[in-house]
Amino acid sequence: MAIQKEKTPMRSQSPEERIKNFDEVPFGYNKEEALREAERCLQCPKSPCVDGCPVQVPIPQFIKALRDGSVEEANEIIKSKNNLPAICGRVCPQESQCEKVCVMGNKKEPVAIGRLERYVADTMLEREKNISADTAEKNKGAADMALEVKKEKKRKVAVIGSGPAGLTAAADLAKEGFAVTIFEALHETGGVLRYGIPEFRLPKKILDQEVDYIKGLGVEIRVNHLVGKSVTIDELFADGYEAIFIGTGAGLPRFMNIPGENLNGVYSANEFLTRVNLMKAYKFPEYKTPVKVGEKVAVVGAGNVAMDAARTAKRLGSEEVVIVYRRSEKEMPARDEEIEHAKEEGIIFKLLNNPVRLYGKNGRVARMECVKMRLGEEDASGRRRPIPIEGSNWIMDVDTVIVAIGQTPNPLLPKNTPNLATESWGGIIVDEKMATSRKGVFAGGDIVTGAATVIEAMGAGKKAAQSIKEYLEKEK
Amino acid sequence: MFEILEKEVLAPGIKKITVKAPLIAQKTKPGNFIILRVNDEGERIPLTVADYERETGIITIIFQEVGYTTELLGSLEVGDYIKDIVGPLGHHLELEGYQRVVCLGGGSGTALLYPKVKGFYEAGAEVIAITGARTKELIILEEELAEVSNKLYITTDDGTYGHHGFVTDILKDVLETEEVDLVVAIGPVPMMKAVSEMTRPYEIKTIVSLNSLMVDGTGMCGGCRVTVGGETKFTCVDGPAFDGHQVDFDELMNRLTYYQEEEHQCRLAKEVNK
Ligand SMILES: Cc1cc2nc3c(=O)[nH]c(=O)nc-3n(C[C@H](O)[C@H](O)[C@H](O)COP(=O)(O)OP(=O)(O)OC[C@H]3O[C@@H](n4cnc5c(N)ncnc54)[C@H](O)[C@@H]3O)c2cc1C
Ligand SMILES: Cc1cc2nc3c(=O)[nH]c(=O)nc-3n(C[C@H](O)[C@H](O)[C@H](O)COP(=O)(O)OP(=O)(O)OC[C@H]3O[C@@H](n4cnc5c(N)ncnc54)[C@H](O)[C@@H]3O)c2cc1C
Ligand code: SF4
Ligand code: SF4
Ligand code: FES
Repeated sequence: MAIQKEKTPMRSQSPEERIKNFDEVPFGYNKEEALREAERCLQCPKSPCVDGCPVQVPIPQFIKALRDGSVEEANEIIKSKNNLPAICGRVCPQESQCEKVCVMGNKKEPVAIGRLERYVADTMLEREKNISADTAEKNKGAADMALEVKKEKKRKVAVIGSGPAGLTAAADLAKEGFAVTIFEALHETGGVLRYGIPEFRLPKKILDQEVDYIKGLGVEIRVNHLVGKSVTIDELFADGYEAIFIGTGAGLPRFMNIPGENLNGVYSANEFLTRVNLMKAYKFPEYKTPVKVGEKVAVVGAGNVAMDAARTAKRLGSEEVVIVYRRSEKEMPARDEEIEHAKEEGIIFKLLNNPVRLYGKNGRVARMECVKMRLGEEDASGRRRPIPIEGSNWIMDVDTVIVAIGQTPNPLLPKNTPNLATESWGGIIVDEKMATSRKGVFAGGDIVTGAATVIEAMGAGKKAAQSIKEYLEKEK
Repeated sequence: MFEILEKEVLAPGIKKITVKAPLIAQKTKPGNFIILRVNDEGERIPLTVADYERETGIITIIFQEVGYTTELLGSLEVGDYIKDIVGPLGHHLELEGYQRVVCLGGGSGTALLYPKVKGFYEAGAEVIAITGARTKELIILEEELAEVSNKLYITTDDGTYGHHGFVTDILKDVLETEEVDLVVAIGPVPMMKAVSEMTRPYEIKTIVSLNSLMVDGTGMCGGCRVTVGGETKFTCVDGPAFDGHQVDFDELMNRLTYYQEEEHQCRLAKEVNK
């Protein structure tokens, strides 16, 4: 039988249907589809795909286990490297990581590694849910007691921030036998996975299940703790924590600094998405936090954040949603799938345009002036630099503008922590072991790299957990 | 979960509650605030820590019922719980180094003013407190303020109590007759604006505490942004206190009106469900 050239397609909600709800767009593979896709893997001995994955998931091995009919084994193989496969299967930019270097991709389409990972993780989560509540309850009692007994002897580690970096570090440290406490500023865990990435891309029940798993490992989670304000790093040490991991993310929204940006109707993507996702404004007035989108929405930027904001605005009922981006299609940083989905949903792309001024009417934004751009030489980032075309200014009517041009590390914790060295742009400086300039303090994820990806944050969390373990063994 | 230990009605629509929140009580200084969420469906709203006791871990919150969430909070009784409280947030005020400070509070802004008055007084400054409200029954914390200030003036818009007029009338007299090195104004935005305009020609440092709309309170959303000295600042992490001579009050007033319709909807829904 000849190998199927294309990826096995994934069934999904039709665009007409899905722009009316917040349910997940792709349904995921069923068993038959998963097996069909798994057959496409060539089981390459050199398996370049593994090197393409920032956490080195043993891809051919898990695909083989799946083919051999053991989802459990496939799951264990994935989980040896990736604590959150149900999430990565959905949000990893596979086309620039594992699938980019897949041998199948040379002539045909690469193996749909992400979709297979999602299938394995979802199947396992489904099974776990079905374990009778009774046994679960019994086991929990016993586990709790065992935990209490062990806890007294365990050495304490604090994890700051419950995004993917923090969750991963906490899970690994708990598995190593440390008493881990996560401190999270918001009232919910998950970081960007909760407040940024919308329900239709990452259902929150999946995140909840993953968080439950981590709690099941004995990790204590304290929400409503803004470290640097509620409690400082020094106080955590004084309280008996022997090592600290900082995973506070890149939560500081960047603005355009153009006239009119503080008019009503102008949101940072963070504010817009937080209102909708964390505060569930899409269920207003059942949930009490309001969000307001008008008929004509402009989203500035073309990364994942911009796509999420645009598609969310569409679902909240906006007539026309336009992505305004200063470079061309090729440079758009969003995942391919998000761009494709956005187009299917009728999002309009006005590329090679840059906003220069916002005009208001009765205090609310009403028009946006843009200048057309052309691409010049490559800049430091390897992308061609956008250059304004003089005299090409034009004006579009808008009643909502969402600014999604990037985030930088949240400065609150570094500012409130003496002797914690940071880069000029705010990132915390770490060595190859993820150790910061403060003894016993490690950091990873977006707070170190600037806005990056879920899987890189997890990889950093994993690495830091290993270093913390080594550090504590030495410090005995 | 945070249990409400005491509740008191200070004036019509102005309530005081105390809550056990040891971590926050440990850390708070005058000028800090908290963000709370009453229940799972609730909004996160910022409220000033009006008072705190480090020994008992109890904090006091004084709030005016202006909309859905503050009314919901006001409907809670002793023994009820508030789901989430995070804090202390924002910068506290630097209290040291002032000789004579004038503190002005308007309406429920007086509640926010109280910890600052107390702070300056305890730091050794001579404190002149001026508090005003629309009418006599809305004057709050008179005794408490009297205890922690050297002079206390009261004004009502309708003349039912104290001076007939605005807090700025008194301020004007004080500025003409006394050497003042700091003015602190907290209340409705137009009042803070008026005070700042009044002190500008005297070149007296004037601090206002801004009441921007907020979501997270950690510097993550930018929803609380204000223009101060031509630059965008986030009230939750850069403030809430700013130099009144630098604040763009008109922009702030505009931003505060953005959700008026939705707030109205929330209240309607509540009426219907009654
Ligand atoms: C809208 C959006 C869409 C995205 N889509 C994708 C995608 O499809 N694929 C992908 O790979 N990546 C995506 N990303 C990027 C990815 O989400 C981030 O790179 C990743 O979440 C970073 O993880 P982190 O753990 O470092 O930080 P975060 O996820 O930012 O988590 C940090 C946590 O720390 C908490 N915190 C901050 N300061 C403190 C403090 N002082 N005390 C206590 N807690 C604190 C925060 O509240 C937060 O919960 C997206 C990002 C956004 C915003
Ligand atoms: C740092 C800070 C500290 C604060 N401390 C206190 C305090 O100690 N006591 C207190 O009573 N209030 C305080 N406030 C104001 C308080 O947060 C608001 O009154 C509250 O959010 C209103 O919520 P709501 O749902 O009841 O009203 P909404 O339904 O949201 O609003 C009702 C009306 O009030 C206006 N409004 C909404 N939010 C604000 C606001 N932040 N400021 C002024 N008007 C607003 C709306 O435009 C509307 O007309 C503080 C605000 C900040 C930013
Ligand atoms: S974790 Fe992400 S990059 Fe790694 S194999 Fe899975 S989908 Fe690919
Ligand atoms: S490179 Fe592609 S085909 Fe080869 S083992 Fe990896 S997934 Fe399979
Ligand atoms: S409230 Fe979100 S940044 Fe201040």
